[in-house]
Amino acid sequence: MTETIAVEARNAIKAFGQGDVAVRALDDVSVQIRKGEFFTLLGPSGCGKTTLLRLIAGFETPTSGSILLDGKDITSDPPNRRPVNTVFQSYALFPHLTVAQNVSFGLQMQGRPKAEVTATTDRMLALVRLEAMAGRKTSQLSGGQQQRVALARALAPQPKVLLLDEPLSALDLKLRKEMQTELKRLQTETGITFIFVTHDQEEALTMSDRIGVMSAGKILQIGGPRDIYTRPANRFVASFIGETNFLPGTLRDGRVILASGGSIEVAATLRNAGNVTVAVRPEQVRIVPATEPDALPATITDLVYFGTDTHCHMALADGSEVVARLQSSVSGEAGLERGGRVGLRFAPGAAQVLGE
Amino acid sequence: MSMSAGEEAAKRRRVRDGWLLSAPALLLLTLAAAGPLLVVLVYSFLTPGQYGGVVWEFSTDAWVGILFTRDIFTETMQLADAHLAIFWRSVRLSLLTTLITFAVGFPTAWFIATRPPKARALWLFLITIPFWTNLLIRTFAINEVIRNEGILNSVLMAAGIIATPIQILYTDTAVLIGMAYVYLPLMVLPLFAAIDRFDMRLLEAGYDLYANRWQVLRRIVLPIVKPGIVAGSILVFVPSLGAYVTPRVLGGGKQMMIGNFIELQFGQGRNWPLGASLSMLLLLIVLAALLVYVRAAGKGGAHGQ
Repeated sequence: MTETIAVEARNAIKAFGQGDVAVRALDDVSVQIRKGEFFTLLGPSGCGKTTLLRLIAGFETPTSGSILLDGKDITSDPPNRRPVNTVFQSYALFPHLTVAQNVSFGLQMQGRPKAEVTATTDRMLALVRLEAMAGRKTSQLSGGQQQRVALARALAPQPKVLLLDEPLSALDLKLRKEMQTELKRLQTETGITFIFVTHDQEEALTMSDRIGVMSAGKILQIGGPRDIYTRPANRFVASFIGETNFLPGTLRDGRVILASGGSIEVAATLRNAGNVTVAVRPEQVRIVPATEPDALPATITDLVYFGTDTHCHMALADGSEVVARLQSSVSGEAGLERGGRVGLRFAPGAAQVLGE
Repeated sequence: MSMSAGEEAAKRRRVRDGWLLSAPALLLLTLAAAGPLLVVLVYSFLTPGQYGGVVWEFSTDAWVGILFTRDIFTETMQLADAHLAIFWRSVRLSLLTTLITFAVGFPTAWFIATRPPKARALWLFLITIPFWTNLLIRTFAINEVIRNEGILNSVLMAAGIIATPIQILYTDTAVLIGMAYVYLPLMVLPLFAAIDRFDMRLLEAGYDLYANRWQVLRRIVLPIVKPGIVAGSILVFVPSLGAYVTPRVLGGGKQMMIGNFIELQFGQGRNWPLGASLSMLLLLIVLAALLVYVRAAGKGGAHGQ
C-alpha cells in the first residue's frame, strides 16, 4: 500500500432527538482520510460537517457506525484517550493560563517529562511565531494571535490528526488569507493529517489536498479541488462551489440539445438519458459576434464590473440566464453593452452533464 | 472655552446633588452602624459595673481578659483555656461549615447552572426559599429532625438500622448540620454566578487535551470559578463565626461559640467590657477574612474576560 488511511468513518449515523422528531445530522457517512493530507469538509451550515468532526474528536458518539483511527476502532474511546486534537471555532483558550501554559497543557496531561514539555512548548511557540507572547494572558492577545495559540496548543501533543472547526471564521478577510497560508505551511512542516471544516468554498479550494462536499448529512462528492470544481457530481456541488450556469436540455448521441436552441458537445461516453442539466462555469463561456455560425444567440442584460473581471449577464432565446466572466480589458475592447446581441460558445470540454 | 467651564459647573452640580441624594442613607449608616460600633469600642476600654453596665473608668482588662484570666487566689495571669476552647471551636465549626456547604453547594450550583434558563430560575427560587423563613423556625425544624425522638431517629429505628437513638442534638455535629443548612444558599448563589459565566466549551478543550474528568475539574473549572468559591466561602464563614441562634438551639448552650460567649458576658456574666472587646475581636477576624476576599477577587478579576 502506497497510501495509508489515517481516519475512517464507516456508515456513521448521528441522530439528534428521539422518535419522530429525530434529525439525522449525519446520514450514513463513510469516508477515508489519508495520512498526511489536508482534507476539508465543505458545506453550508447545518450540513453535518461539524458533527462528523465531533465524532472523530470523540465529543459525540455515533448513533450507529464506527470511527477508525489508524485502522483501530476508536468509536467508544473518550476524547482524552484519542491521539487527536481540535482547534475550536471559539478557540476555547484557558483564560486563567498564560500563552505558554495553554500550549503546554496537553503535554502535561499526557505526563510528558518536564524538560520535554518546556522544549516542545518553546518549539510550538516558535512555529506559530509567538515566542514573545509566552508570558501573556490569552485575553491580552488579538484574534489572530489567539488563533495561533489555539493552533500551537493543539499541535503540541503531536496528534495523529488535527481537527479544525471553522477556525478562521472569526478573523477579518486579510488576516484570514494570512492564516490560510500559515495553516498550509504548518501542515506541510508537521506532516500531520489535517481535517478542516469550513463553509467557505474559496478557503477549501486554496488549502485542501482533497475536499468532501457535504449537504444534509451526506457527503456528496470527495475529490481534489480541481476535480470538484471542474467535474461536480451533481447540481448542489456545482452551485455550492463557484458560480455555474445551469442549462436544461436533452442528451442525444454525445450532444446536449439545449432547450434554448443550439447544442453543446459533452463527453461521448454518456448514454442517452433524456432530460439533463448541463453545467458551464462562467469563465468557460465565450462571447462571439452574433453573426458567427453555430453560436448560441443571446442578448446582454447586464454588465457587472468586478475590477479584473466583468460579469456579463445574458438572456437566451427561452429566457434562461447565462453569466460569462470576462477579463475586464477584453470586455472593454469587445465593445459589449447592455441590450447588445451576441453569440455564445463554450470552451471544449467545459460542459458538464449533471444528474438531477 | 465657555463650554468646558459650563461643563465643569454641571459636573460640580452633579457631584453636589449626588451627595445630597445619598445623605439619608449616609446619615442612617453613620447613626445605626458607626455609632453603636463606637459605643462598643469605648465600652471595651471601661470597667465592668457590679450589676452589668459599665463604670466610666479606663481599663484594658477586657482586652487582656480575652486571652488571660487572673487567678483569684494568687493574682497571677493564666491563659484562659476555656476562652481559647471557645475560639477554637468557633473557628473549627465555621471552617467545617464552609467546607460542607462547598461540598454540597458546588454540585448543586453546577446542576442549576447547566439547566435550561427557565428551569434555572425555578431552581434558584427553591434554593432561596429558606431565606424567606425565620432563622429561629428553620433552626427548630432541624432540631425536630435530629432530636432523639425526631424524624431521623424514628425512621432509622423503624427501619431496624439502629436499636437506640443516636445522640446528635446538643453536639458539635448538630451545630454543623444546622449551620450548613442555614448558610447553604449563601454558598450556592455566588458559586452559581461564577459557574454561569464559565464557558462550558473549555471542558471539551480540556478533554481534547488528554485531561480526565478530575483534571478538568482541578486544572480548569476550579481555577476559573475561584472568585465564586472565595465569595461563597466568605459569605458562609463570616456569619458562621458569629452564629448565635444555631449553636444556642442545637448546641444546647454547652457547645458555645463566640456569639454565645459574647451574649453571656452581657447577660449572666455581667462583664460588658469583655463582651465588647470580644465583639471587636470578632469584627477584626471578619475584616481579615474580607481582606483575603478582596485580594483573591482582585486576582480573579485580572484574568476575567
